[in-house]
Amino acid sequence: MLADLDLRAAALARDFPILAQPTSRGKRLAYLDSAASSQKPQAVIDALVHYYTHDNANIHRGVYELAERATQAFERAREKVARFINAAEPAEVIWTRNTTEGINLVCWTWGLRHLGPGDAILTSQLEHHSNLVPWQLLAAKTGAELRFIEVDAEGLHRLEDLDAKLRGTKLVALSHVSNTLGTIAPLATIVPAAHAAGAVVLIDGAQSAPHFPVDVRALDVDFFAASGHKMCGPTGIGFLYGKRALLEDAPPFLTGGDMIREVRYDVTTYNELPWKFEAGTSNVADAVALGAAVDYLESVGMGWIAEHERALTAYALDRLAELASRGLAIYGPKNRADRSGVISFNFADIHAHDLATILDTEGVCVRAGHHCTMPLMEKMGWPATARASFYLYNTERDVDQLMQALSKAATVFKLP
Amino acid sequence: MDDLYKEYILDHYRNPRNFGHLDAPTAAAEDLNPLCGDRIRFEFAVEDGRVTDVRFSGRGCAISQASASMLSETLKGQRLEDVARLTKEVVLENVGIGISPARMKCATLGLKVAKSAALGEIARWPDEETAENGRSI
Repeated sequence: MLADLDLRAAALARDFPILAQPTSRGKRLAYLDSAASSQKPQAVIDALVHYYTHDNANIHRGVYELAERATQAFERAREKVARFINAAEPAEVIWTRNTTEGINLVCWTWGLRHLGPGDAILTSQLEHHSNLVPWQLLAAKTGAELRFIEVDAEGLHRLEDLDAKLRGTKLVALSHVSNTLGTIAPLATIVPAAHAAGAVVLIDGAQSAPHFPVDVRALDVDFFAASGHKMCGPTGIGFLYGKRALLEDAPPFLTGGDMIREVRYDVTTYNELPWKFEAGTSNVADAVALGAAVDYLESVGMGWIAEHERALTAYALDRLAELASRGLAIYGPKNRADRSGVISFNFADIHAHDLATILDTEGVCVRAGHHCTMPLMEKMGWPATARASFYLYNTERDVDQLMQALSKAATVFKLP
Repeated sequence: MDDLYKEYILDHYRNPRNFGHLDAPTAAAEDLNPLCGDRIRFEFAVEDGRVTDVRFSGRGCAISQASASMLSETLKGQRLEDVARLTKEVVLENVGIGISPARMKCATLGLKVAKSAALGEIARWPDEETAENGRSI
């Protein structure tokens, strides 16, 4: 069973041309940084080239055949994303550059309209800076209070005082999966409680949408933001899902062309959803290629991806535990059901940056540092961690290569 | 790159020289590498414009800590204005070969902070200085 998963992952890896490229030192590439950005399958690269080779024109305005084809490809991609997350309709999917832009869009439209003194915004201590800094600024601007769901030493949400924290809360903003610890947020508990308290829920889905099936209606979340480049798509394209009523109740974000219905010198009426939030010429080619990425992920199967990553993460946790006696510390939830395919760790007194530098000499790409979660690192007392993260194309061979590189690091740093 | 972690780098990392704090520093500065969060503080005792004692503190990778430690050994007796004029070459020579662009900030963080302490204001990143933008100040 496990071997079958691994065999298929090895076959899928051949869809990603970059993975066949050795490093400048002639090492096989073990790409373990998909939480930062995923690699791209040939089908996505081909979709970009095909769009620019055959379909490129500006959308929504032209009456000629090319413009119609470009518009159709662009809107087809939106339909694919809407289906991928089970939105009620494509109009609830807004194109953005990335998760950060999606969160900022909600912050400065819906948030600015609805928050004021006496209101609270509730987030958690796990958040990426992109789901923290906007709320700090919104709180400062509106007089709202910023509150935090605390996390324990394993990075698990502490929900004992959730009801108290929800009192007066108008917006709950949480990451679905922690990019630093892999913690999967207990949304089944938090979302109904938030709604019962009258709050709207925004989910940072940057680390969930690429890795397991997401159904925004089953989760009953109000906003859901994700990035294309972490889910086999190109950089510069992402999406924000919002329930229609909430999107209609939010003023536009950026303003200008395409987001208007009628403009006079003194007054403007806005376009319908989703175009109300898409001012200026959109990133058409990358949206189309993200549609191709969704096709690719669905052909692989999101359920399969989740199962494979669970098995590979378990394998990696077991292998890394072999180095516990030499000082390798693994962070994050101990119960494997509470975590996704992200493993943060430190190795004895080797600083994570030095570790990543040495692993790099062996072709192993890991992240090192604070992972854009400086307050969490400070709270946990970790100056930095190394982070390995997995995706559909990673195999046990990648983990074995990581282990080999770690033993080189132990030699270089003369660990006992 | 494989030569990056020489014996003396590991020695300075694990046994940093002049590590800690002065009772009453005359000049001090602290800064962090925003890329990674590594943090270094330099404290000087100054008499007649010369550094008479030095301590550094902070946390970070072997490159940043060893670089700061080796730098600290060269500062005693130097005039503040000369410390302010130090360039990245001094720390790169200390650290040795093999600093990749990604690690350049690690190697130069200590120097940036020492220069800031000497200047009394935040110094530029030493690796970004050119003759045009003023390598001295």
